[in-house]
Amino acid sequence: MKQSLMGGFGRRTVVGLMALSIGVLSVAVIPSGAGAAGLKAPTAGIKPLQKIGKGEGKLNLIAWEGYATPQWVKPFETATGCQVNAKYAGSSGEMVSLMANGGGHQYDLVSASGDADLRLIYGGDVKPVNMKLISDWHQFRPFLKAPSFNTINGVHYGVSLQFGPNVLLYSTKTFKTAPTSWSILYSKKYSGEVTVPNNPIQIADAALYLESAKPSLGITDPYELTQAQFTATINLLKSQKPLIAKYWNLASDEINLFQSKTVVAGAAWPYQTNTLQANKAAVADTIPKEGATGWADTWMLATNAPDPNCAYKWMNWVSTPKVQAEQAISFGETPANSLACPIMNQMQAGSCDGYHANQPDSYFKSIKFWKTPLSTCDNGKNDCVPYQQWTNAWTQITG
Amino acid sequence: MTTSVDTKAKSGGPRALHSSALARSRWRTAFLLSPPLLWFLVIYLSSLVLMLITSFWSVNDFTSQIDHQLTGSNFSQISSGAYPSIILRTVLLAALVTITDAVVAFPFAYVMARVATQRSQRLLLGAVLLPLWASYLAKVYAWISILEKGGALNWTFSKLGLPDPNLGFTNGAMWIAFCYIWLPYMIVPIYGSLERIPNSLLDASADLGGSSWSTFRRVILPLALPGLLAGSIFTFSLTLGDYVTPLLIGGSNSTLIGNAIYENLLNGGNLPLAAALSVVPIVIMVVYLTIAKRLGAFEAL
Repeated sequence: MKQSLMGGFGRRTVVGLMALSIGVLSVAVIPSGAGAAGLKAPTAGIKPLQKIGKGEGKLNLIAWEGYATPQWVKPFETATGCQVNAKYAGSSGEMVSLMANGGGHQYDLVSASGDADLRLIYGGDVKPVNMKLISDWHQFRPFLKAPSFNTINGVHYGVSLQFGPNVLLYSTKTFKTAPTSWSILYSKKYSGEVTVPNNPIQIADAALYLESAKPSLGITDPYELTQAQFTATINLLKSQKPLIAKYWNLASDEINLFQSKTVVAGAAWPYQTNTLQANKAAVADTIPKEGATGWADTWMLATNAPDPNCAYKWMNWVSTPKVQAEQAISFGETPANSLACPIMNQMQAGSCDGYHANQPDSYFKSIKFWKTPLSTCDNGKNDCVPYQQWTNAWTQITG
Repeated sequence: MTTSVDTKAKSGGPRALHSSALARSRWRTAFLLSPPLLWFLVIYLSSLVLMLITSFWSVNDFTSQIDHQLTGSNFSQISSGAYPSIILRTVLLAALVTITDAVVAFPFAYVMARVATQRSQRLLLGAVLLPLWASYLAKVYAWISILEKGGALNWTFSKLGLPDPNLGFTNGAMWIAFCYIWLPYMIVPIYGSLERIPNSLLDASADLGGSSWSTFRRVILPLALPGLLAGSIFTFSLTLGDYVTPLLIGGSNSTLIGNAIYENLLNGGNLPLAAALSVVPIVIMVVYLTIAKRLGAFEAL
């Protein structure tokens, strides 16, 4: 998700090629993809830790920027003696590359988003986690205890952390009442005034819209598309292109686009809505009748993690209601721990409501969480379009 | 006869001495050069070769694993679909930025090198180089706030009673931002080559009855050409490889080669396709540099 909010563009390549050629050296031989044809998680048989022992004194994380903030890292280091080193990654793809070879005996944990999880699991880069050792786990929202993007056949490959919906953000000047459908993002009426994220996973948003707009296509899961469904979705996105003012890369891009009134509607995270409203911009967000996609992040344990005890201590630490609330507010997302809500409100009045943390479970059921599109579909057939083709198609749409 | 033997004997001595000194200095040179040379060969060239090899691999659509079988499929892929227009857009933009910068930079460099007093020359050079100290991102964001709706440009136009240009998030915005950011890289080499033109040549041209226009066309321009070409190598290659400016200030039709590489590498995990795409600017630059070398660009570097 937040490849954008966090950047990843801080590093700038003047000639581009230099960095790339070095990148080739480091990644060339590393397989980065999802599992093999049989789809069996290679690490499923590894027996997880049974008891958290003495800390190793250090912990190496791959994280989204903002996920290892001094606010909760410093007290963790004091309490456990585990010194935290965080390497920030700019995109899901980068996380998968960094985690290749089970974290390379270098990294312990990665804060992967749902679109990377299955790639990591089937790539054998992460291993099972013993949930009995995570004391706050039983207070997690029910749907985040064993979600299908990080739990397979009852085996957990990580601890859910935070999540958020991709909402429909709109200008209240243009829309006096909240739009009820995503169709406004595909309507010629708003030509040149629409923005959507520059991310291949955005294809799922269009598929979700088609699920109800064109029932004849028979889409049931926006991440599992047959070739025909995929083609129809891509065609919709191609027809959407003339309406797009900009495919946004950074959350701040989109905030800017709304602030300057360049756009009147777009796909966004609650973070943008809250920031814009705090700046007195005339905007609001909604989840239209078709539902919404969303992201959910998981701390996943590297197969070759050199510091497993510190890793478990960290997973426990970030699951506590207080740290969950701190991260939710500092980052603008929804905590997995159901006890975090009152603490959020203490820290910042109304924040629990603002980030939808107090909604009933039915609300979350309307969110289709990001997961890696694989060629194997739930129907048992192997005719779904894999992620590779999603990225190719996305380049063709935006290029 | 004897004299010739003598001369041989005489000349043999110093030559022998000279060659042993030469051998020693050759060893020293080799010793001093080997670390950077090794760096160049191992880190720089070998990674380029690796990239070239990678561009002939492929990614299995089903498993997403890299398939080490050599294939040309990446190159057929980048010659179809959206890629040709991405490549064309990038090259056209790089050319346009280069031409614009050359047109803007030349008179500026000329004034700096040949008209300004020594004191103002230093001031002007400082003014040209000063923006290089500011962050690239800060400059791009500054241009966003100038060009976007409700920005300084629209405001100025509306005060003048003109229609809104609305340049924010368009390819025009990219062009302006690139021209601004790379301008110093064009001014400095042109300035260098103009400054080196001896006054005597201009005097000679005037003495021979050349008008100021023909002096410019037949004396100054040919002598400044290497500097102009050197500057164009910078502006052209920097635009060709950039992917940040299009991300920030570009619109919905602003994907450049760099963005396509970035997308395939970091989001798509398709390393071979990204490598194949990276070969494109290399080929373009090799052609460009070959032409520039023929025209004498490297004499001014």
